[in-house]
Amino acid sequence: MVEHRKFGNLLPHLILWTGVLIVAFPVYIAFVASTQDNATIANGQMSLLPGGHFLETYYKTLFVGTSGTTREPVGTMLFNSFVMAMLIAVGKIAISLISAYAIVYFRFPFRMTIFWLIFITLMLPVEVRIYPTYKIVADLNLLDSYAGLTLPLIASATATLLFRQFFMTVPDELLEASRIDGAGPFRFFWDTLLPLSRTNMAALFVILFILGWNQYLWPLLITTRDDMQTIQIGIRKMIVTSDALTEWPVVMATAVLAMLPPVAVVVLMQKLFVRGLVETEK
Amino acid sequence: MANVVLRNVRKTYPGGFEAIKGVDFEVGDGQFCVLVGPSGCGKSTLLRMVAGLETVTAGEIDIGGRVVNQVEPADRDIAMVFQNYALYPHMSVYNNMAYGLRNRGMAKPEIDARVQEAARILELGAMLDRKPRQLSGGQRQRVAMGRAIVRQPKVFLFDEPLSNLDAKLRVAMRVEIRKLQRRLATTAIYVTHDQLEAMTLADILVVMNAGQVEQIGSPLEIYAKPATTFVASFIGAPPMNLMPLDAEGVRARFGGAATEAGILGVRPEDLVIAREPATGGGLTLDLTVEAIERVGPETFIYGTRSRHGDLTAISSKPGELPPDDIIVRVPGQDAPAIGDRMFATALPQHLHLFSAAGRRIEVQG
Amino acid sequence: MQKQSVFHSKFLPYLLVLPQLAVVLVFFYWPAAQAVIQSFLLQDAFGLSTTFVWFENYQDLLSDPDYFSTIVRTFLFSVAIALSSLSLALLLAVMADRPLRGSTFYRTLLIWPYAVAPPVVGVLWVFMLNPSLGVIAHGLRNLGVDWNPLLDGNQAATLIILAAAWKQISYNFLFFLAGLQAIPSSVIEAAAIDGARPMRRFWTIIFPLLSPTIFFLIVVNIVYAFFDTFGIIDTMTRGGPAKATETLVYKVYSDGLLGGNLGSSAAQSVILMGIVIALTAFQFRFVERKVNY
Repeated sequence: MVEHRKFGNLLPHLILWTGVLIVAFPVYIAFVASTQDNATIANGQMSLLPGGHFLETYYKTLFVGTSGTTREPVGTMLFNSFVMAMLIAVGKIAISLISAYAIVYFRFPFRMTIFWLIFITLMLPVEVRIYPTYKIVADLNLLDSYAGLTLPLIASATATLLFRQFFMTVPDELLEASRIDGAGPFRFFWDTLLPLSRTNMAALFVILFILGWNQYLWPLLITTRDDMQTIQIGIRKMIVTSDALTEWPVVMATAVLAMLPPVAVVVLMQKLFVRGLVETEK
Repeated sequence: MANVVLRNVRKTYPGGFEAIKGVDFEVGDGQFCVLVGPSGCGKSTLLRMVAGLETVTAGEIDIGGRVVNQVEPADRDIAMVFQNYALYPHMSVYNNMAYGLRNRGMAKPEIDARVQEAARILELGAMLDRKPRQLSGGQRQRVAMGRAIVRQPKVFLFDEPLSNLDAKLRVAMRVEIRKLQRRLATTAIYVTHDQLEAMTLADILVVMNAGQVEQIGSPLEIYAKPATTFVASFIGAPPMNLMPLDAEGVRARFGGAATEAGILGVRPEDLVIAREPATGGGLTLDLTVEAIERVGPETFIYGTRSRHGDLTAISSKPGELPPDDIIVRVPGQDAPAIGDRMFATALPQHLHLFSAAGRRIEVQG
Repeated sequence: MQKQSVFHSKFLPYLLVLPQLAVVLVFFYWPAAQAVIQSFLLQDAFGLSTTFVWFENYQDLLSDPDYFSTIVRTFLFSVAIALSSLSLALLLAVMADRPLRGSTFYRTLLIWPYAVAPPVVGVLWVFMLNPSLGVIAHGLRNLGVDWNPLLDGNQAATLIILAAAWKQISYNFLFFLAGLQAIPSSVIEAAAIDGARPMRRFWTIIFPLLSPTIFFLIVVNIVYAFFDTFGIIDTMTRGGPAKATETLVYKVYSDGLLGGNLGSSAAQSVILMGIVIALTAFQFRFVERKVNY
């Protein structure tokens, strides 16, 4: 459109840059802090430019850990977070994919009952059932285990709904052609439906990986051993109420490391991420 | 190689809707059978029942001497071409064709030989590595055909395979399908709503309406002697002119001792423009020209009957046009001007007579 | 809506839904049922005997001024977080939804905070606003603000709201942008030809057409403020000072941690369930409307 503006696109650029700054500032500060030494920061003398302690701090963070508060190095925590995020993402996708397949491509008694049972879990987030769930996991001897960390989070109404919706859009003729081509339920699923679901699975994976990586309340309850901590739990334990004992460069380095994988996923797989986010909220 | 026999086949849906109300016909070995009818007449349902994609409520479907009512689609030895082609979007052209053969555990060299042969016949050789989305509509259609022929089935089933193509391509593919079927000499059942496709492709034509067969026969038989007013107006374009005729008119025109009113039919191409009314047993229509369509080699003249003569109105509604509207199809481009009055005449042997209920009445010419 | 052609098998479909069903029953329905049952029971101080007390736990809870103020606080937090985050995100989205040089670049730079975990958000902000060493706290002190969120409840609440709103900007931005891009440009062009200036176009054409997205985001933001702020609160203030930043979810957690009254804790969970159900129902009602629109 022909539109006459006094300052052209100056204002939008200005506003967007302000937005970018607001969004980036805390992270920039964290990075800067992680490259300076503890004493400077504790004195309130922190510079707004990166310091020279980058390698030192990150080495200590990843492989040694803080001196006092957490005994495990962040490397272990990163590993635990990664395992948990992968198990949650892959697990959710796998069990949702096959249950959606059953619900869409078969007719069987209690089909809709089962569908609703899965659907209603949307309304039961972990926050509203923390202690009873904790008790069950404890009774099952799953505390401080990857199974305990992930199993109670692995059901997914959202993913099931998403796959169901996607399957409904797959033309019936593809199933019919497959049947004429001699494919049974397993073949059709493996040869046709799964390859067609690839993009959806990838988009969902991006979202679920971030979701799993960022879990906080559940791991907080379920892990007591230091070597089972995820990075989100570790970082909390590093902050000591009396400021003097907190090793801020290490804390900030941990924050940067905790952000890095999910942020990288968002930035590098932006298309899939946006698609996944929009699809899961439909 | 097989024939297909349908014996009193019925389909009732769980809701009680009767989609197929008892259909019998036989397609001989190597014949090309076309099921034609308006949308919703049950022709696709019937085809899908032959394929095994719909269950049969009653009656028998027999392929090559074996009743297949309870046989899985994969085991019926049929191949189907779908309206939207139903190509596997994530597989290459080659794999689309090979998939059904692999599922049957065929040896690799044999699969390759068949796919290459099909690709040669259909001129798909250069496209074997492409995905369906990289192909044009006509190419996709050919892949769907290829997927059917590599199987070397007893029967080909086609579900409106050309309706997603543009008009020009549709004609070309129509000819190709016919040539291919002749060459392979495989029995084929083909569903379409396009009467031109039906006429040009069929060895046997099955005209369906509302879940029932209206007429079975060769295309020219059906064209020459439509069994019902439905067939008369469905086969042939533009459709047959149908005019109500009272009992007296029937008697006067066709002799005998007719006591019932009927419907008189005459095809647009059997009408001739004349200066004078016809003499003898012929039909004369006194028309006022309302509209003219010149399509090049021929011209359609739409007229309204200005004088009824013996063709008085009765309370039935045959044909698609109001009973007073007549189409005349004449060769060339000469036509009277709009608003002119003219006579259109037809020879006695070109007149069709139907009962008021729409059934053909044979008259001795 | 149903598929016309399906497979027929007696056991396979059950086998396929079994994993999901097992998880759902063991880890969702069983605990939820436990919570509901517990909420009707009263346990004595030593945990030796329990009695069925009907709605007593709920009555105690709702007549407790502490709990009541937690409810009010949670709602105030939600409104503040949703409003600030939504308005900033809408402004940014409107700016980004025009043919600008580098608009994909801006998008990338604005969406990534979605991936930052709430506890990390808490850590980032607590550091910047730490009264003795934070960068922003310094600035505030220079401006003459007596900044000490460790003692001042209102300042602590502001801190939580800021951090929580900051994280949610990217999510809201993304959905606003998608909503704006879904508005056919011909409608806006028609309005321009009808003589509507940009501001007027925004309020009379774009904003009404965007209203489904706005409603949707309001619900999502409230759910976010209720539940996902837990990690932010836990790393920043742990509910303090003097419970000034304790939300409903945080209260369930900390009451349970103290190992106090099981019945009351269960009743709190059930009330939260009720809130989620109400919000979800509201959202679905609205999703229906989105389809019509």
